[in-house]
Formats: sequence, structure tokens, C-alpha cells
Amino acid sequence: MTVPFRTFPNGAAVPFGEVPRLEATAFLQAIIDATDRGWRVSSYFGIPTESGATLCCVLSSAADGVIGVATADAVGAFPSIARLVPQVQLFEREIAEQCGIPAEGHPWFKPVRFHRSFVPGRDAWGRAPDDPILPGVMEFYRVEGEEVHEVAVGPVHAGIIEPGHFRFQCHGEEVFHLEISLGYQHRGVERGLAGGPDPRTPFRMETIAGDTTIGHMQAYCMVMEALAGVQVPTRAEALRGIALELERLANHTGDLGAIAGDVGYLPTSSFCGRIRGDFLTMTAVLCGSRFGRGLLRPGGVLFDLGEAERDDLLARLAAARTDLENAVELLWSTPSVMSRLENTGTVSADTARDLGLVGPAARACGLDRDVRRDHPFGIYRTAPVPLVTAHHGDVCARTTVRWQEAVKSLDFIHDQLRYLPEGGCRGEAGNLQGNRVAVALTEGWRGEICHVAITDHAGRFLRYKVTDPSFHNWQGLAMALRGEQISDFPLCNKSFNLSYCGFDL
Amino acid sequence: MLRAIIARLKQGHRTMAYPKEPVHLPERFRGYPEFTPGAERAGGDACAAACPHGAISCDGGIVLDMGRCLFCPECTAGEFVRFTTDHRLAATRREQLVVRPGGERHLAHPLEPGLRSLIGRSLKFREVSAGGCNACEADTNVLSTIGWDLGRFGIQFVASPRHADGLWVTGPVTENMREALLMTWEAIPGPKIVVACGACAIGGGPFAGSPEAHDGVDGILPVDLYIPGCPPHPAAILDGLLRLIGRIEGE
Repeated sequence: MTVPFRTFPNGAAVPFGEVPRLEATAFLQAIIDATDRGWRVSSYFGIPTESGATLCCVLSSAADGVIGVATADAVGAFPSIARLVPQVQLFEREIAEQCGIPAEGHPWFKPVRFHRSFVPGRDAWGRAPDDPILPGVMEFYRVEGEEVHEVAVGPVHAGIIEPGHFRFQCHGEEVFHLEISLGYQHRGVERGLAGGPDPRTPFRMETIAGDTTIGHMQAYCMVMEALAGVQVPTRAEALRGIALELERLANHTGDLGAIAGDVGYLPTSSFCGRIRGDFLTMTAVLCGSRFGRGLLRPGGVLFDLGEAERDDLLARLAAARTDLENAVELLWSTPSVMSRLENTGTVSADTARDLGLVGPAARACGLDRDVRRDHPFGIYRTAPVPLVTAHHGDVCARTTVRWQEAVKSLDFIHDQLRYLPEGGCRGEAGNLQGNRVAVALTEGWRGEICHVAITDHAGRFLRYKVTDPSFHNWQGLAMALRGEQISDFPLCNKSFNLSYCGFDL
Repeated sequence: MLRAIIARLKQGHRTMAYPKEPVHLPERFRGYPEFTPGAERAGGDACAAACPHGAISCDGGIVLDMGRCLFCPECTAGEFVRFTTDHRLAATRREQLVVRPGGERHLAHPLEPGLRSLIGRSLKFREVSAGGCNACEADTNVLSTIGWDLGRFGIQFVASPRHADGLWVTGPVTENMREALLMTWEAIPGPKIVVACGACAIGGGPFAGSPEAHDGVDGILPVDLYIPGCPPHPAAILDGLLRLIGRIEGE
């Protein structure tokens, strides 16, 4: 199949001049055609211009293992294709908010993160420069009628979690629709990256989503390495893979415990809460930080693994595996737990495909997408991790997928530790090439992470775009609630466990 | 039920003995900083270049501000500082987070006696994540797991500010969370305290200077306990809390 995009493999950089600049209608038609043929929109963003924005779409094809990029110019406004390609609806709202130009014909056009546009004085909603922009203040979907009521929750929730606002349109206990309004954690990440990189850039990357430090840093490093033409030593790639799978294990273990807790099954909940800490401690053995801060840097890793630490990790890994198997086994053999997980919060495969869901949430619906297999990067090019799917798309499926992925990660780390390649840990980083576009996809524990850097003639970031898996998946949670009881919300929420700060940026 | 009991026996008793026994941290853990001999002679330019977050400065002798420090490994490559595995980092006043070569060691003080007798045995916090990346939140949550069992000290995180004695803040306080943070503070009945947990809440952390955030909770609310780190290790958090309620005193 020929596509009007510049295609290249994951983790590569190409001259920005080689990216086709299409006429706007042809550009949008190309996105519609490509998504019809199974391509996904990994990222879609605007680079503000004087009269509007340069639209830039990053698509990925699992079948061909390539990434495709195309651009088009939008003047004053741009046409929405969200009705035809639902997976771009949020991207279009984001472009509008950041570049200050409206998405014409968008079915439900409103702010995403509640901030002023990157262009002073320009606003997609025509708000005056001195109008306050308050988070969560917007029109929500409304259902009216007898016995219909609305439940509003947040931004501050009951537990120690990040802020967000949720509106349920209910008929008795039944939820007709859930609308999610975020943006409270907005720290100005993307705007702050323009003109970079600078010495603080890696630290902002590590804190895009704190529980995905390794996933986002892996993507950032790949972008930097592609732009600077650095070769990463195999030993460093292996250590990065170990760290990424430890991150997946820690979070999946935490989620398995939290799901058990939300159905009131305390043994697994208590055990997993502790075992999660064991995996975090393993990451701290690697680099001193439980979240992997300071481990990955462009060119490789900052910490090598000695014999003693390797043996320590192998022993800790074996002990954690025994404890985790023991704790999670209880779930499958407890009928009252299974009856709460099965047929709760179901998302169909078609809905998941339309919305462009990624990660365990997509794989639980039977979509076999995983960046580690479809667009292999780093150590996964030579050491694949088996892909896990389930079919029912319910809480049970998402729980099962997490558990099976945890098992695969345990096997992977064990093998990598046993057969760690010899050699150095860091390649020399050169200067960043100018006028390039670099794209990196990685599989974080929540799913596909996409980083795109476009450099100016001096090799500085003209635009740096980050797409956290949560950006694709929040709408999936809203759909999972349809027709459910409102009391099932915490459970459904936990089974997705999405990032607020990764979304809010 | 039988399976659950067998599992319980296999998992065993896992609550740590801290503070009766020391907490074991990995060798590469970066805790309280130590200046290398001769660091005092470092020049201003070298100091400024050593830290992208401005944690190290040389105005009138070299100092390291733990409130701005992210405890990252790069500056150990610099010649001035190395990190020990000492997890006792929390302090009562902002200026006590500034470390000097040969300077006095400041550990967090207990609450003043009246407040301590009121809430020392039952201290409840309402947490607000105000732009936190979820790492501070995660390692605060860890304290409530069975390994740490914060509840045994009478300290708890509660769902409603009306049930709380204090506010626990993480994140640099984004503009979009400022109002919700203040409303939560208002809803807590007095007398009440504020804990700033992590580099972001103390001074903005990696997001210091962002036009969308407020560089931490200082200047917005009065802070009673500062816990440095990005994120602080649960041991650092627990140490600060236990000093606050007078369960640990002195070195």
C-alpha cells in the first residue's frame, strides 16, 4: 500500500524537508484512508504559525512496522474529522487549545487542559486575553428527565490520587454517561520544552508521569539518540529493558492489589501493596531511585550492574515471583471476586479500535497491539516479549492481562540478568542535527508512549510533542461505565489506572 | 477461606521494626549530602554549573539547598558533593534544608507541646496532589501498606478534609489546582498543619519557573514540615513524621 507519508522505522530521524506538506483536504483524507486500513494515529499536533498552525500527523502501522508523518498548513481554523475518525477527537481539541485555532465541525468542542494558547492573544473559543480560564468550567453532557440525576466528583478525591473531575449522568444507579474533565495537573510541560534541550530537560521528562519514568525516558533518549546519531551499547539497552519491565511489574502488581481492594478482597490487596514495593526496591538497587530517576540518559545508562547487584536482583526477583504468584492465585480461586470482575465495565473490540486504545486496556479487548512487538526498540529487537491478549474487554480481562504480562516480565528480567551482554554502558552523544523530525514509540506499562521532536536549523526543539498512553485511553474508561452501576466506577477506574499528569502535561 | 489462611502463613509477618531498628536502604540510595574535602574552595562558576536546578551555590561559601535538590546522580560526578545513605532529610523550617560544609545538622522538630498533646497520638492528613507527577503520591501511599504500617503510629490519610488535622501537599501547585488546594485547606478545622512533601511542593522541583505553576506551597500556605526528595523515600517521609509527633528525637 502506498501512503502519502514519509515513512521510517521507530526511533529514527529524517530531514523535516522530506516530510510531505500536503494540501489540507488531501492531508485529512490521507488520515481517514490510513486509519481505515488499520493505521493508528500515534500523535497529531500543531506547530503554531502566524496565521494558524502547521498540522503534523504521526501514524503508525503495526502490519508494516513503520511510522508515517505528513504535514499540512491550516489558516485561521482547521476542519475536524473526529466524526469519521473518533481517535483524533481529543487531538483536535488539543491542537485548538494550544495553537488558538478552532476545529471546525468538531462534535463536542471544548478545552482539554484549560490554559491559554501558545500564541498570545489568540484563542480557539474567542475568550478575551484577560478572561480567567477556570479548570472544569465548561458545558457538560446533560441528560434530563424524571428520575435522572447528576453526580459530580472531584477534583480532590477520597484517596491519595491525582485530581480530576468526573460527571455521571445517572438514572438511579445506572450510568448513562460519564464525562471526564482533566487539566488540573497542567504544568506547562510542552511549552517549556520549546527551545530545548537544556540541562533540566531530562528531569522534566522523568516527571511527565512519575510512575512511568523509565517509559518516557526511554522515548526521550531514543529521540535524542536519533537526532545525534548515537549508538547505544547493547549492555545499556539490556539494562534499560530490565528497568522498563521492573516498572511494568511494580505498577501491574500495585493494580492487581488495588483491584482486589476495590472488590473488598483484602488478602491480595495487602500482599500486592507490599510486593509492589519489592519491585520498586529492585529499581533502587539498579540506580538508587525507586522510580528509576537518573538511570537513563541519552547514549545509555548512568549505572552499570556489578556481579553482586546482579545476584542480589536475581534473589529478590525469585522471592517476589513466589509471593506474587501466591497472592494473585487467590483471586482466580475466589468465586466472589471473579463474579465482581466478570462482565463489569466492558469495552467492545470495535469501540477500543475506534477510540485508538493502547496498552493492557486495548489488549484486554482482543486488540493485539504492543509496541515491543510491532515497532521493536532497544533490547526488544533481539529479545522479544510474548504478547498477551484477552477477549472480553471487562475488568476481569484487564486484570488477567496485567497478571500474564507480569509473568512475561518476570521471565524477561530473569533472562536478561542471567545473560547480560558485556561491554560499556554509555555511547558518546554528539550535537543534535538541525531541521529533523524524530519519532520514538515505546511500550510503557500503560501502553504506547509517543515522543516527537522537530528541530530548527540550530538543532533546538522547534516543537516537542509528548503523547502519554492515557491520552488515548481516558475515553475508554468513559465508555466502560455506560450502562454500569455508579458504584462500579472505582473498580473500572482502577482496572484502567490512567495517568492524570501524563495527560495534563 | 482456607487458601487465604495458607497464603497468609506463606506471606508471613512483614511489618518493619523501624524506628526500633534501622531501615535498610540500597547502597546506591542518595540521601543526606556530604561535601568532599576542599569543596569550600570551589569557585562560584563551578558551583553554578554543577546543578541545573540551582541547588548548589557559592554566595559566601558553598551550600546545597536540599529543597531544590532532586538528589540526581549527575552532581556526584561533580567534585563537591556525594550523597550518603542517610534518609533523615526532613526539616521544620525552609532555611534548615540548606546544608553547609561542617554546618549544624538540622532534623525536624516536634510540634509545639500544646498541639503535640492534641494530635500527637492521632494525626490525620488530607492529601492534595497539586501538579505532582504521582511519584510522591505513590511513595506516600506506600506508608499505609503492611510493610510500613503507618497506622501503628496513629497517623492516617483520610478522605475528608473535615476529618483531618493537616494538609499534605505534593506537586508545585499548578494554577489549575490552586483554588482546590485553598478550599481543601479552608475545610480543615483548626488548629491545623501543612506538610510539603517532595521537591515540587517545596520549591517547584523540575517545574520551578513554569508559568503554569507556583513553585511550591511556600508563600501560599504556612508549612510545618518540609520533606525533600524527588520523590522522598518512604523512610525519609516516615522519619519526618515521627519527629513531628515526637516519636523520634535527637540523632
